[in-house]
Parts: sequence; structure tokens; C-alpha cells
Amino acid sequence: MSTARDTWRKQPFIANPVLRYGLYAAIAVYIVTTFATLPIDWDRMVQGLSRAGRIFGGAFPPSFQRSELLIDGFMESLKIAILATVGGVLLSIPIAFMAARNIAPLSIYYFGRAVIIIARSFHPVIVAIIFVKAVGFGPFAGILTLIVYSIGFVAKLLAEKIEEIDPGPVEAMRAAGAPFLSTLVYAVFPQIMQRQIGLGIYQLDSNLRASAVVGIVGAGGIGATLANAFGRYDYDFALAITMVIVGAILISEAVSGAIRKRIA
Amino acid sequence: MEQVQLQDWARYTPAQRFQRYGYFALTALVVAWALGSVNIIWAWVWDAPTQMGDLFSRMVPPDPTHLDQILSALWETVNLATIATAMAVVLALPVAYIAAQNTTPNALTLWLGRFILVSSRSVNTIIWALLFVAIFGPGVVAGIVAIMFRSIGFLGKLLGEAIEEIDPKPVEALKACGASHFKVVLYAIVPQVMPTFFAVAILRWDINLRESTVLGLVGAGGIGVILQGAIDTFNWQEVSTVLLAIIALVVAGEVVSSYLRRKIL
Amino acid sequence: MLKITSLVKRYGAGDPVLKDLDLEVPGEEVVSVIGSSGAGKSTLLRCINRLVEPTSGKIFLNGTDFTSLGKRELRVGRRRIGMVFQSFNLVDRLTVMENVQSGRLGYISTWAALSRRYPKEDIRRAYELMERVGIAHYANKRADELSGGERQRVGVIRALMQQPEILLADEPTASLDPKTSEQIMTLLRDLARELKLPVIINIHNVNEAKEFSDRIVGMRYGRIIFDDLPDALTKDAMHEIYAGVPHEDRQMEGAAA
Repeated sequence: MSTARDTWRKQPFIANPVLRYGLYAAIAVYIVTTFATLPIDWDRMVQGLSRAGRIFGGAFPPSFQRSELLIDGFMESLKIAILATVGGVLLSIPIAFMAARNIAPLSIYYFGRAVIIIARSFHPVIVAIIFVKAVGFGPFAGILTLIVYSIGFVAKLLAEKIEEIDPGPVEAMRAAGAPFLSTLVYAVFPQIMQRQIGLGIYQLDSNLRASAVVGIVGAGGIGATLANAFGRYDYDFALAITMVIVGAILISEAVSGAIRKRIA
Repeated sequence: MEQVQLQDWARYTPAQRFQRYGYFALTALVVAWALGSVNIIWAWVWDAPTQMGDLFSRMVPPDPTHLDQILSALWETVNLATIATAMAVVLALPVAYIAAQNTTPNALTLWLGRFILVSSRSVNTIIWALLFVAIFGPGVVAGIVAIMFRSIGFLGKLLGEAIEEIDPKPVEALKACGASHFKVVLYAIVPQVMPTFFAVAILRWDINLRESTVLGLVGAGGIGVILQGAIDTFNWQEVSTVLLAIIALVVAGEVVSSYLRRKIL
Repeated sequence: MLKITSLVKRYGAGDPVLKDLDLEVPGEEVVSVIGSSGAGKSTLLRCINRLVEPTSGKIFLNGTDFTSLGKRELRVGRRRIGMVFQSFNLVDRLTVMENVQSGRLGYISTWAALSRRYPKEDIRRAYELMERVGIAHYANKRADELSGGERQRVGVIRALMQQPEILLADEPTASLDPKTSEQIMTLLRDLARELKLPVIINIHNVNEAKEFSDRIVGMRYGRIIFDDLPDALTKDAMHEIYAGVPHEDRQMEGAAA
């Protein structure tokens, strides 16, 4: 054979060697400086291991003795999730219309988008802590929080769906001289209703998950029960609560998945 | 005849209509039950708009005096999310490997893998954070570990699914070459799941950035610590500064992750 | 030389796919195995390197009993058998060179495989073979950028990199257009001669089988019912190989029993 090539190297992902080694160096520097500057208390970490042993020792077996508290907390979470889902799904309809480019005038469109972006940017726990300060401890703050959370998700997807609708029926209705509201009811709603119900069921599931969490900062439900158990070092009760939360999430995930499969 | 049919036209058959009314009634009943029994002080509810307005008026204008502290806490939040994501990615690889039906060594490891995934995924980051604050004490370590524990389930599940969906033909070919099991994984499986690996890691980093903004509220480090402090001292103008900073962080995170996704994939 | 004696393969409780099959491939010859779909051609090939576990019977390759090999020995044994596949079975996201070198995975260290630092003699051999089939300039291309014919060339080279004692080809041209298919068959025959390598090819196209092989084996429903020179494959013989459906065969056997 003519050539006797006996070397071959895989071409690197970044062809420019300066850029490549620069990137490696930057990553190395980042890792070193981050670990050096993060306020990590190594002694405390080492102590943590024995503490972990104590906590897990205290958590087993899980205690269901105060099951009344547990059931109350769980039912409250369920109510929060249901009411927030209904409120959120209903409220997200007008907001979605405001945020749909093909329906709303530009100024209203920007307003609608802004509402959605703000609702999406904040983790529900942050929203919850603000509502707790504004309207006091308890499930009402939780409901408001999850309404905001639902709007961020449902209104966004619904607005996208509205933007994708077939414009034909809308034009036909306008041509027939129908007023704005009738146009919505007859030409737009039929095209988005199914999606909205599916989103609602999905949102009920995610609200149930989230309602367990917002309680930790005082917005009612089983999260509050859990935070209290942790605060009082009742680790066996905390484990029981966690097990109930996990079980409920798994069941609700399965149920909501099954329902959505049926209506889709 | 024609006439009668036209007059009788209805959107749904009676049975369908009955079913629909049934669902509506059921929903209404559930909502009424929830509304009737939920532990809400209604006077507070009617008062809520005033309270909200009042709180909002105390938040403006945002107070930037501690902006340097806020920014450094923001940077700490980014680092926390990044390091935790990186470590979770590494730890998720073996979990995905044993949780995928086509690579797991045996039934026992398969169930172990699935158990790890389910328990990691069903417990929220904040609940993990509560646990690790109790173990390691308040601070970023608890936050990093909490984010790692939650992320392993997410990453492991998606990676495991990617492994299950690979094309088995190259695997067969390399087996026929006499390659060892590890080399088959290296040459036939790893290249096939690489794109999913990067996509999933970037997605989780974006999510973790959001989650790490609240860790501080349970004492697990990051910007949440400053937020909690400002709320506790009723320094509402600083609260609004922190909230603006968080929005900026989340938006920046989305920009960076969509850039990386385009660049790498 | 490859020697198969009384090979049986049965999936589950059903009828065996291979029924007490004997086959001998003595030296450097190209053997084509023909037969309708479901005759057991593919299973036969995969039993030889035990991608499919034989139910009973013996397989000897140059004196080694493949059926009795343990897991580790089997890996060493498989290096001695090259295999080419219908859908090429390349790793799409790896370069052509990596695909070619993956034929050496049984030989090289894990570190060499991981870091892609292949031994010099392997790289030289890879370039020689790739040049021989005209794909050397693709060494750094990703496998999924190549056309079907080029991909099958990579598949053939990967098998040859093993320095095998026999080459198995499972419908190597079934995914290719007629012209490319002809080229690949020519390549297989010529390479077999050059490297003094016996080749067993499963093939659907009888004309190609006749043109490119030294010997033709006809299978029908798990048995070899024809084994002769290509010229001996008469219309009648072909009719016997391809006519009828397994279902009828089963009934006939039932009647005979």
C-alpha cells in the first residue's frame, strides 16, 4: 500500500487548542475556587455523620401514633390543591387570552406575558412566604400560592394552544357579525376545552405535590405538620409523614396519568 | 321529517349529556366540600386585597443598599446549583445503568435502581433540605446534598429510559467482535445516550437554579437566607430587591441553558 | 475449518428452528446459504458465534469446540469469527475509524479503548484495509454521514480488523441497491481470496449467490436440503428450496411420522 500512516487521534470536540485548553483551565479554576470560597464547615460535616445515625435511629420505626394530625394535615393539603386548581385553571383562561398574540392587542399581550413570566419565575415557596406575611398563616396563603403557581403553568400552555388554533372558525364568526364574546365561546373555546381539562388534571397532581412543600413555610397542609415534626425532633413521626406524602404522590401520579390517557 | 330532525338537533346525545352533567356535579360537589371544610378565616380573605396592596406599597421602591451582599449570595446560589448538579450527574450514571432493563446485571439490582429513583424523585428538594439541615446543620452543604438527592432520581430516570431506548444492533455487533461487557458499554451504549445525557444535565441545572433560590428559607444556603432575613426584619424594600435579583437569575439561567443546548446538541 | 454436527436450536417449547443440522466448511471458500425467510439461516449463523445459544450439537472452528466455551473463553473465541450484518450495525455517533477499531476491542486494553489511543499496527492495518475498499478519506467522518454501501464497507473492515479465521455475513446486501449490492459481494469474494478466509453468506438473491460463491447450501425449514456447486442449482432444486411454506412442511412431517 502507498501510505503507511500509523497514527490517528480522535478530533477533539473544540478544534481550536487555545480555546479547548482555555475551557479546561476555566473549569478547573471554577471548581477549585468554588470549593475554596463556599462557606463549608468541614468539622460540622464530620459531626453530621454521627448525627445522621441518631436521626435515622430515631426515625425507625415510623410512628403513626398521631395519625389524626397526619390525616388532618393531609386532608388540608388535598383541599388546598383542589381549590387552587379550580381557581388557577379558571383564572388562567382570561390571562391566557390576554397572553395570546392572535387574540389580544399588543399592550394587553405584554401585560399577560408579564403576569405569566412573574408567576413562573418564583418558586412556590417564595410566593408562599410572601402570602403568609400578607394574609397570615394557614391554608388561605397556600391556596393563593398555588393559584399563582397554576397560572404560571396552565396559562402559559393554554396561551400557546390558543395561538395555534385554526383561525378559520374565528374569521367565519367575525364575518357573520358575531360579537367578541360569542366568537370566543363558539370559535375558540371548543378548540381549547379538551386541552384545558387535561391541563387541569395534570395541575391538580402538581399542586398536590407542591402543597406538601409550601406548608413548610407556614402555608397550611401536611407540610406544616412535617416542619413541626422536624422542629420538635420527632423523627419517627416525620418519617411517617414523608411516607404518606410519597405514597400520595405516587397514587396521584398514577391516577392523573390514567385519566389523561383516557381523555386524550 | 327533515324539519323535525333539524329542530331536534343537540350537541350531545342524552347519555353523553347526562355523563357530562355527572362530571360537572361531581366536580362541584368536591369543590363545595373543600370550600366548606377548609380552615380559612373569611374575614382575612376579604381583607386580603388591602393587605396585599399594603405589603406591595411597602416594597417600592426597592432598596439597593445591600446589593453587594445580595449579588454575592446570588453567586453562591449559582455555585451551589452547579456543583450539586455536577455531582448528581456523576452519581446518576451508575443508578441509570442498574435501573435500565437492558443493562442491569440482575433482577435485584434492577429493583434497587428503581427504588433509588422513586424515593429520590418523590421527596421534594425542600423536604430533603429539611433532613440535611438537621444532619449537617444550616449552610450550603445541606443545600448541595439536598439538590443532589433530588436530582439523582430525575437524571437517573431520564438516562435510564435513554439506555432502554438505544438501538441494540451495535451492541450485538461488538459482542460478536469479542469485546468485553465494559467495552461494549463504552463503544455501543455511551455514544448513543450522550445527547440525552447533555440535554438532561442542562435541563436539571436550570431547574436546580430555581430550586436553590428557596433552600435558604429552610436554612440550606444561597440567596434564600438573605430573603428570609429581610422578611424577618420587615425590611420589605430589601425583599423586593432580592425578588428582582431572583427573577434576573432565573431568566439568565434560562438564557444560558438554551444557549448551551443549541451549542452542544 | 468449520465443522457443525447435529446442531439443534429450539426457542421455548415450539418446533426447533434448526433440526439436527450438519455442515462442514473446509478451507478458503465462499459458501452462500439460501432459503426462504424463516428457514433458519440467520439462526444458523448466530449459533456459530453463539449470539444465539444452540440447544444441542457441536461447533468446531479449527479444532476449538465453541459450544463448550465458558464466558471468558467465548469472548476470546469470538475474536476469531468476523461478522457482517444486514443493517451494518455501526455505532452512528462514532467516527469511521472508531467503528473500524471497535473490531479490535477484544484485543486492546480498556485504557486504549477509552482514550482512543489505538496501537500503531492496528491503525496501519486499518488504513490499509480502508484504502483497499476506498473509504480511507472518511476516517474522521461520523458513521451516519456515510451512504449505505460505504457503511457496509466499514462493517466489513471492522470484521476483518479482528483477523478472523472465518467471516460470517448475515444478508450483507439486503439493505442496499442492486449496484452497491454487487460491489459489496465482489468485495467480499475478493477479500476472501486475498486473505485466504472462508466466508459464509446468508443471502436472498439467488443470482448473486450463484455468481459470487464457490458452493451453495440450500436450507428449508431448519434442514439443509441442498449442498453443491452453484452450477448444480437447477430450477428443480430451487423449487424445492423455495416452494411451499413452513406450515405445509409441518403437515408433511406429521403425516410421515
